[in-house]
Amino acid sequence: MHRRNMLAAIGAAFVAGCSRIGESKWFEALVDGAEGWHRGIHRTLGAGRIALAPEYQPSDVSPSFRGNGTTEIDRPDYKAALASGFPEWRLAVTGLVDTPLELSLDDIRALPQRTQITRHDCVEGWSAIGQWTGPQLSSILALAGVRPSAAYVVFHCADILGGAAYYESCDMDDALHPQTIIAHLLGGEPLPERNGAPLRLRIERQLGYKHAKYLTGIELVASLDGIGLGKGGYWEDRNGYQWYAGI
Amino acid sequence: MRKRHALSTRIWHWVNALSVIVLFMSGLNISNAHRFLYWGEWGFSPEQAWLAVPRFPGWMTIPGRYSLSAARDWHILFAWVFALSLLVFMLAALRNGHFRRDLVTRWAEWKPAAVLGDIRAHLKGHFDVAGSKFNFLQRAAYGAVTFILLPGMIFTGMAISPGMDAVWPWLLDIFGGRQSARSVHFLCAWALFAFFVLHVALVLLSGPLKQMRDMITGGTDDASA
Repeated sequence: MHRRNMLAAIGAAFVAGCSRIGESKWFEALVDGAEGWHRGIHRTLGAGRIALAPEYQPSDVSPSFRGNGTTEIDRPDYKAALASGFPEWRLAVTGLVDTPLELSLDDIRALPQRTQITRHDCVEGWSAIGQWTGPQLSSILALAGVRPSAAYVVFHCADILGGAAYYESCDMDDALHPQTIIAHLLGGEPLPERNGAPLRLRIERQLGYKHAKYLTGIELVASLDGIGLGKGGYWEDRNGYQWYAGI
Repeated sequence: MRKRHALSTRIWHWVNALSVIVLFMSGLNISNAHRFLYWGEWGFSPEQAWLAVPRFPGWMTIPGRYSLSAARDWHILFAWVFALSLLVFMLAALRNGHFRRDLVTRWAEWKPAAVLGDIRAHLKGHFDVAGSKFNFLQRAAYGAVTFILLPGMIFTGMAISPGMDAVWPWLLDIFGGRQSARSVHFLCAWALFAFFVLHVALVLLSGPLKQMRDMITGGTDDASA
């Protein structure tokens, strides 16, 4: 028992030292720098081709698709819309575009569709496989006409988590990626509430928290400053999660 | 007179020790985020798991409180230190003959009778073998760690990354899916922990002060002296 206490003491001292380093400015700068290298390296290794996330067979689909984060929106207007198939739901496309858009679900269903069976990896460690259908984000952006000054796409959501609106963002490389779609079907059925009804982002080369649910708006911006708390996403702002979530 | 341990080996030994400890302890914090392991590509709830992992207490984890985001920052940063130092060490060890001279085992040594004999000698405290720096069990253990477990941590780690899976989909084929890779990552980490315990125990049993000093200053090569 004495040995075990000593081991625990050594462990605790080491952990305390690491915690002090972890809170220092230079460590934060190093970690932020590493995030940039990872994005650059992942893109560079895919050089000469568009690196696609693995796509699976219908037999690989998991028996259910777990919901995480917000799994329910407890507002009467949302519940009524869910019950009636979201006839009034609009996806606004705003910011640095030539033609701002207000797309209904019918508009979104009328666009060319992509169906993909992909794996969803949560930052916590679990995975689920589902079949998603929806228009490519690139085709929506082409309709709106993206201005050259746009560097990021911000995704606005209807869910409020811990008092703040959920949002996410990505760079133009991921926005124009062929597997980045605005999904309205999961397994051929309208999205369930826990998976983001009526619309969610699929951004297949990154972790689950990037796949914004309950989408209400797409905003093209030159910088992420001034959006939310400035770090590019709900969890990035509040919990220090990495903005580039390819690892 | 040759040094017992080459400079490249010594630098790598200590850089690797530090980075493996940081990776292991931050990994335990990450494990606390979802304490279930699966085989195949997917898995998300306890009834699908082959193993429910215990929750690791704060004194075993980096940071010392539960923080998935901070633990991931540590883990991903030190993965670079770990992988690049291993690469440099391997190139140096190929060049200076360390692998060929000290880590290669021969088929004859793997015969059950020979292995049992070596284990018996080990348990009696006879570690030294004439004309060689390491005995068979040392070469087998160091070889397995250097060529299987340490690279295994790197490749299973990359297979868990969705960005890497898009770039190198063969990573998933090697391990049979992302959740399998995650399980193997966890198993290799504990195999490394077992090696660490055995390694430290045997250093303590075989003149710890000289062993530590040699791994810092290089010492002198008794076999060639």
